[in-house]
Amino acid sequence: MEILAVFPSLFAFLIAGLFGRQIGDAGAQFVTCAGVILAAFCSCVLFFDIILDGDARIISLATWMTSGAFEVEWGLRMDQLTVIMLCVINIVSACVHVYSIGYMAHDPHKGRFMAYLSLFTFAMLMLVTSNNLLQLFFGWEGVGLASYLLIGFWNEKASANSAAVKAFVVNRVGDFGLALGIMATFFVFGSVQFGEIFSQAPDFATHSFNFLGFQLHSITVICLLLFMGAMGKSAQLGLHTWLPDAMEGPTPVSALIHAATMVTAGVFLLVRFSPLFEYSPLALQVVCIVGALTAFVAATIGLTQSDIKRVIAYSTMSQLGYMFFAIGVSAYGAAIFHLMTHAFFKALLFLGAGSVIHAMSNEQDMRKMGGLWKLIPTTYVLMWIGSLALAGIPFFAGYYSKDIILESAFADHSWFGMTAFWLGIAAAFMTAFYSWRLILMTFHGKPRADQKTMDHVHESPSVMISPLVILATGAIFAGVIFYKPFVAGDSHAVQEIVAHETEVGQEAKAPVFEGGHEDGLWNRTHFWGESIKVLPENDTIKAAHHVPEWVKLAPLVAGVLGIALAYLLYMWREGLAQKLAHRFKPFYRLSFNKWYVDELYDAVFVKNVWRIGRIFSVTGDRKTIDRFGPDGLASLSLKVAGKLGKFQSGYLYQYAFIMIIGLLAMVSWLAFKMLTGV
Amino acid sequence: MIDFPILSLMTALPLAGAFFIFFIRGSEEIVARNARYTALYTSIFTFALALYMLARFDGGLADFQFSERYNWFPSLGISYHMGVDGISVFFVALSAFLTPLCILASWESIKSRVKEYMIAFLVLETMMIGTFCALDAVLFYVFFEAVLIPMFIIIGVWGGARRVYSSFKFFLYTLLGSVLMLLALLTLYFQTGTTDIPTLIENPVARDLQMWLWLAFFASFAVKMPMWPVHTWLPDAHVEAPTAGSVILAGVLLKMGGYGFLRFSLPMLPEASAYFSEMVYWLSVIAIIYASLVALVQEDMKKLIAYSSVAHMGFVTLGIFTATTQGIQGGIFQMISHGVISAALFLVVGVVYDRLHTREISRYGGLVKNMPKFATIFMILMLGSVGLPGTSGFVGEFLTLIGAFKANNMIAFLATSGVILGAIYMLVLYKRVVFGAQINKDAAKMPDLNPREIAIFIPLVVLVIFLGIFPNFVLDRMAPSVAKLQAQYNAGLYTEQGLESTDHPEVLINE
Repeated sequence: MEILAVFPSLFAFLIAGLFGRQIGDAGAQFVTCAGVILAAFCSCVLFFDIILDGDARIISLATWMTSGAFEVEWGLRMDQLTVIMLCVINIVSACVHVYSIGYMAHDPHKGRFMAYLSLFTFAMLMLVTSNNLLQLFFGWEGVGLASYLLIGFWNEKASANSAAVKAFVVNRVGDFGLALGIMATFFVFGSVQFGEIFSQAPDFATHSFNFLGFQLHSITVICLLLFMGAMGKSAQLGLHTWLPDAMEGPTPVSALIHAATMVTAGVFLLVRFSPLFEYSPLALQVVCIVGALTAFVAATIGLTQSDIKRVIAYSTMSQLGYMFFAIGVSAYGAAIFHLMTHAFFKALLFLGAGSVIHAMSNEQDMRKMGGLWKLIPTTYVLMWIGSLALAGIPFFAGYYSKDIILESAFADHSWFGMTAFWLGIAAAFMTAFYSWRLILMTFHGKPRADQKTMDHVHESPSVMISPLVILATGAIFAGVIFYKPFVAGDSHAVQEIVAHETEVGQEAKAPVFEGGHEDGLWNRTHFWGESIKVLPENDTIKAAHHVPEWVKLAPLVAGVLGIALAYLLYMWREGLAQKLAHRFKPFYRLSFNKWYVDELYDAVFVKNVWRIGRIFSVTGDRKTIDRFGPDGLASLSLKVAGKLGKFQSGYLYQYAFIMIIGLLAMVSWLAFKMLTGV
Repeated sequence: MIDFPILSLMTALPLAGAFFIFFIRGSEEIVARNARYTALYTSIFTFALALYMLARFDGGLADFQFSERYNWFPSLGISYHMGVDGISVFFVALSAFLTPLCILASWESIKSRVKEYMIAFLVLETMMIGTFCALDAVLFYVFFEAVLIPMFIIIGVWGGARRVYSSFKFFLYTLLGSVLMLLALLTLYFQTGTTDIPTLIENPVARDLQMWLWLAFFASFAVKMPMWPVHTWLPDAHVEAPTAGSVILAGVLLKMGGYGFLRFSLPMLPEASAYFSEMVYWLSVIAIIYASLVALVQEDMKKLIAYSSVAHMGFVTLGIFTATTQGIQGGIFQMISHGVISAALFLVVGVVYDRLHTREISRYGGLVKNMPKFATIFMILMLGSVGLPGTSGFVGEFLTLIGAFKANNMIAFLATSGVILGAIYMLVLYKRVVFGAQINKDAAKMPDLNPREIAIFIPLVVLVIFLGIFPNFVLDRMAPSVAKLQAQYNAGLYTEQGLESTDHPEVLINE
């Protein structure tokens, strides 16, 4: 069963990739879709198996590499965290696979596209099922590769190729940190196996080692290095510049890789390493602050973008920020909860946007849209559902997961928790605003496209709509169904103080798990098992249930205000938006130009790297090493030869050659005499 | 064990083939054809022997296997001593693996003096295998230096426009090193009275002498690697060499330096190796970063890959001199992996060079349209060079870095930045050659790989992935020999430590 949940994508990739020509496009589509649907089904079975029976297990497949104490194996770690990720990945991937049949119908390279999607799915599954850091790294780089291939899928487009390279390279910058983190882990813990690292963590709570000349707290160093990898993959502020550019790829790719799954790998990594992060308050603070700033900055950029996919991309970045600051306040369950709900509604939004783009003959600029809602009503409704979930409107999925994150941040009662809370509220307001800006610009008002495009507007075929319906179902119900097991109730880490807590009353309904009691199965303690570790004093999710009433209402109020503002600016008072943009020009330009991060990096890094390369190549190699090295020797010997005057004609290098040999023979003889003392 | 002298047979066989080719007579065309086939069959048979050797090699032993020993100059104590351990066995196999591919790759591109070309290649193979099998210092030296002669001729005769400058530069650099090495070997001989490598390893010389000898060996091996700053011969040699020449140069000849460090510097001169290790680390890190940056701005494909070789070899020297298990194993693995990947990358360049006769990157573009098979193979090899997990490139790089992190994490930190730069230059190269618009009409008309070319690439690609997923095939077999090497190294340090102050106590703690 475990094998069937992970490996069908690999086989589908190999078949579609190697024998694409023989089985044709339809064959490739069938094989890849069948593979991932089978995997999705098996993941659901495993979900019930592992979560309800609490039957976490590790399956060893083969040895990867052994070098002294460095032992790594291929294996599948099947615990609660993994199986949730398995379900999310396989279900969203299955939807995207099926959707792609319709979306890519006119593309000449359908088979290759499907093969890449399956390759991605497999790599992502290897990442989440890994039982050691190295296999995780294998999946990590594998998804990076698939992302690179898919961003640059339309490889005649120069912009797509550049975006693909940029994505790979920026991710590599993060991987630099992750790789060092793995080395540091091995250096400190003597193993890269999760079990061995986590079980030793408490003993290393105060351990320190010399890193780059400073005596530093080991766990903090490791955590921050791992976080650097997570920042690259999950597009956190500083290493985020690749994500908007990645929208050059086909839209199903944006939905699967750059919204639902790959970009959440960083979140997964940090949650997986909760047993380590719990012992490093400093690392948690850093994660919290970076996450909060990302959530805020990305939201501000989203306000002014006009490319429909880029708006959603910045929204993704912003939501990832939420997940990270949730981790920063030890609310791991909430982070994964949001990861799951976000996967559904963001994939829905992207695929919905894809449906719009498909209808608009590949137009992505919202300024050239408008008035579409009557023409593509199903897409319109689905986009509404996605936006409601994103904005955190009650009873939609995002409402539950976003609120618990904000409440946990508040409940942390630390300065960074509070910062994250307020930045998160501000981001929630902006999120709601730009989501409705998107809806209003795209679907309402007068059509701004030319007549030809408008005549051609059509609802997408059912092969594209039905996956959207599945995702929409998730976007509506995932929150309300999974709220309790993910974040409500007690945590095993705080069982000692459970007696005290029951007096509070609200928690009394979620009893401590004792055997097969139905209610007990469905609570946080039992649900997460050993897969997440929270120190009792850090259990903010528990505290989150006791925050003041206004804190619980604040995100909703912010969201509603944001929606209202969007209606004001883009529906009721058209033209006001331009006036505001003009009035606050510096802010508008800062937002519109994405805070000039790309320009900054270009000036500081990109240009200089090439310049230094040129300096080394010309001044270093040719003008210094060669000039004083071989060429110098050659011309020197030539001069001497010239003076001797005997070899007037002939070959330059023959002279040089003879001279050098003579010289060396002499030096050798002298040195030999000296050394041996003859 | 094998009851016939397989190592001598493998060494002598190509030479015999060359001898046979030498006597082929007839019209030019017939000579060329016969020479090609003779060379191919000889090298394939040698490779078959290498596979047999690999199959019979006992991976659980640390000792030299298939040993042969005959007195050569009994009065001087010099003998003909051959044998392989878990380190050298893979280099022998690599040499025997690449030679038939090279001959196939030259099948159509070499049109003049085919007979001489094939002779040169077979002689080259003899010298390569001999180098890795030799267990007597004099024998080693003979093979080690004689390798240069056929290579020198291959570049000088069948090379490009500036071949004379390049081959001269190549010779000059390597000669300088080899003279010093000869001195060192002679000194060793006068000190110990033997040239037998295993015996020399067991009887280390005094610390002061070690320092001088180490530097002399270093001069030779560093040039061969090549390490910064004695690397400038490599790009020129590669650019001018014919494709197959580049393949052997990158695939095998660069490994001789690393092999030399493992066979001589580390076990024979442990004190000096420990003393100079810090210097080697820094030179390696400079090589990694410097060469990657230089590779970034190259407009010539072969130069770019040549500089990438310098960077990749930086990981090797770094790993070896950490003297940790992971560092040494990683260094060896990196050499084997690079031997496959860079050899294949030069073949990739050869494919397009044969069609368009230019190595300039800007002349290509959009090849994925007309050469999809080529694009796929190039992609896999590019990823191997970038060190993507799942390819052999990752294993070597990562193990050396693990070792380096133990020895000095500042060095590991700097060296790891090489993985970012490595990704940039390879991806940009690939993008410019394979993706994008088809600017050049001639490039757009180039045909895809033919069956002969596919046959060349398939084993290389398979090996890159196989070694990436099951690296233990190599790591397990070399483990006992590496452990023995470490033991010798550490024993050398201990004996010296008693007399000297503790210069490097930290190098003793490595497992």
